[in-house]
Amino acid sequence: MHYIPNLLFAILCTVGIGFFVKNIQKLRRNILMGKPADRNDRSKERWKNMFRIALGQSKMVRRPVAGILHLVVYIGFVIINIEVLEIILDGLLGTHRLFSGWISFYGFLIGTFEILAVLVLLAVGVFWARRNLVKVKRFWSKEMTSWPKNDGNIILYFEVVLMGLFLTMNATDHSFQAMEAGNPVSQFIAPLFASFSETLLHLIERTAWWLHISGILLFLNYLYYSKHLHILLAFPNTFYANLEAKGKFDNNKTVRKEVETMMDPNADPYAVPEETSEPEKFGASDVQDLSWVQLMNAYTCTECGRCSSVCPANQTGKELSPRAIMMKTRDRLEEVGKNTDANQGVFKDDGKQLLKDYISPEELWACTSCNACVEECPVNIDPLSIIMDMRQYLVMEESAAPQELNAMMSNIENNGAPWQFNQQDRLNWKE
Amino acid sequence: MNVPTMAEMTAQGKQPEVLFWVGCAGSFDDRAKKVTKAFVQILNRAKVDFAVLGTEETCTGDPAKRSGNEFLFQMQAMTNIEVLNAYEVKKIVTACPHCFNTIKNEYPELGGSYEVMHHTQFLKSLLSEGRLTIEGGQYKGKKITFHDPCYLGRANEVYEAPRDLIQKLEVELVEMKRCKSNGLCCGAGGAQMFKDAEKGNQEINLLRTEEALQIQPEIIATGCPFCKTMLTDGVKNKEKEGSVEVMDIVEMIANAQDL
Ligand code: SF4
Ligand code: SF4
Repeated sequence: MHYIPNLLFAILCTVGIGFFVKNIQKLRRNILMGKPADRNDRSKERWKNMFRIALGQSKMVRRPVAGILHLVVYIGFVIINIEVLEIILDGLLGTHRLFSGWISFYGFLIGTFEILAVLVLLAVGVFWARRNLVKVKRFWSKEMTSWPKNDGNIILYFEVVLMGLFLTMNATDHSFQAMEAGNPVSQFIAPLFASFSETLLHLIERTAWWLHISGILLFLNYLYYSKHLHILLAFPNTFYANLEAKGKFDNNKTVRKEVETMMDPNADPYAVPEETSEPEKFGASDVQDLSWVQLMNAYTCTECGRCSSVCPANQTGKELSPRAIMMKTRDRLEEVGKNTDANQGVFKDDGKQLLKDYISPEELWACTSCNACVEECPVNIDPLSIIMDMRQYLVMEESAAPQELNAMMSNIENNGAPWQFNQQDRLNWKE
Repeated sequence: MNVPTMAEMTAQGKQPEVLFWVGCAGSFDDRAKKVTKAFVQILNRAKVDFAVLGTEETCTGDPAKRSGNEFLFQMQAMTNIEVLNAYEVKKIVTACPHCFNTIKNEYPELGGSYEVMHHTQFLKSLLSEGRLTIEGGQYKGKKITFHDPCYLGRANEVYEAPRDLIQKLEVELVEMKRCKSNGLCCGAGGAQMFKDAEKGNQEINLLRTEEALQIQPEIIATGCPFCKTMLTDGVKNKEKEGSVEVMDIVEMIANAQDL
């Protein structure tokens, strides 16, 4: 009988963590549906970026208010999780506040957590107000309805409940309060429970304790469905982010082979092209045509909308929103993933694709390739690269460029300039 | 105007110090041609031994690539690279950030590796080598703002060279609220220059022009032929062409030196 709580706890943790591991595996599988991309060079710079941007949140402070508040929640979140370690050990071993006997500065440690918890509550309050009362514009765009909007709020409520449980747990813990160290906040909550019997107090304390750890396990499993996946993916995403100049776009390798053969004076013009199983597709019309980095980008997106709030197209009322590009890519990838699960691990054509069913050509053609979205993204996502890959598909596979661009391109082909001027007049400016 | 071509130079057995890549806008667009001429005047004044490709130059392929026509882009690139390599070109300067970006970043993989400079970077190097002096002249004390071209700024992180040159003109440089890495696009990049914008509630170039006009500058300076066109149109649309000029930095420098 004595071991039942420990056993229950072990089961709870196993189930919670088990599901989480399953989610991670699915995540990995989906990301690897993307095409290969070599991002293993320059590892020193990559580590540096990860430390600076993901761990150090260096790009968040481009917006000081949101940046600092986010920092509070982030630090709070990371540090308070040290407490979770104690909870897990207590739960498994049947001990109570195991660390209090081990660590001389236990009081100081828990005291810090309590203060952080209050700061997190304050920050969460401001975040909630920014979303729901002040209605900061980037949280009210058209892609931020239904799930994305609720997701943002759910997480905030989650934080409030978790912090509340943590403080209640401390406030109702008789022996902990008796230590008179580490309770800078909970000592003011404790009097609320002064009239309660010891049994009831103990019951509340235990309930808060169980709910706290259950809440954390729930949160862990909620991540996969939420923009909060970024708390994990921000790290690999910044690590594998592009290190080249932002203006450098990839040179398509298949095209290169073709162009080289065409321009090679020694090539046999009648040579039969090598048999390949399937002609290579140019550009991207669905998620499988994107690289795994681009797909990881989609899962990492925090839906913060910083990119769209600086996008010249979006700001002037065009359909294009770089955030929506990322969200739609993720939605489609999820759909493809579910389809694959339902068909024994092989994707079955569902008559849909990312292009047109999710992202319209109108959105794609509105981009000025200005890189403002890429510069702004706090976790180094590159919406522009997806836009460019999809334009490539539209033009090279469907010849579906806007009329004026077709004219521009035929000018380049015929007279070497995007306008109708004669190549022979190139030096006429001199006159 | 003394503008030697690579063909002429090679015929004389000479190799210039730098190739001036004029670009399509610089060759054909009336407003950009003024920039081309101003730049050549400065090069001649600084006794820079340069040459152009003339009729052997063709579009870098930037607008084709950014419209999604990778095939046309690579054809253009390979053609240009063949010519550049045949002349054994080592160093290229251009007054167009799009040409600059494409040749600098996208040509090396296709076999064309050169030292590529934007004209503001090149002039700055002439300045520090003592080959060029810049005086304020007619611009002394004037209120100027600088619009960062996306393909010079964010795309290649060149923010200081143009500003250093502007400072040399002894003007009052006032930054727009969105500048440097936060700069707002003029609306022309990504081949938008060649098409009408998608439907929306405003033109991007007007939004940017409004931001610039808030400062009440006498001149909006930039370093890109497309930005120059977009902002000039914007200023006209706002009926401010009487009081605000849009100029490439190089035009200002040439004017100030009475070239
Ligand atoms: S690169 Fe395209 S999507 Fe990104 S901010 Fe500029 S216009 Fe918008
Ligand atoms: S792409 Fe980056 S900036 Fe845009 S919403 Fe996602 S996380 Fe925010």
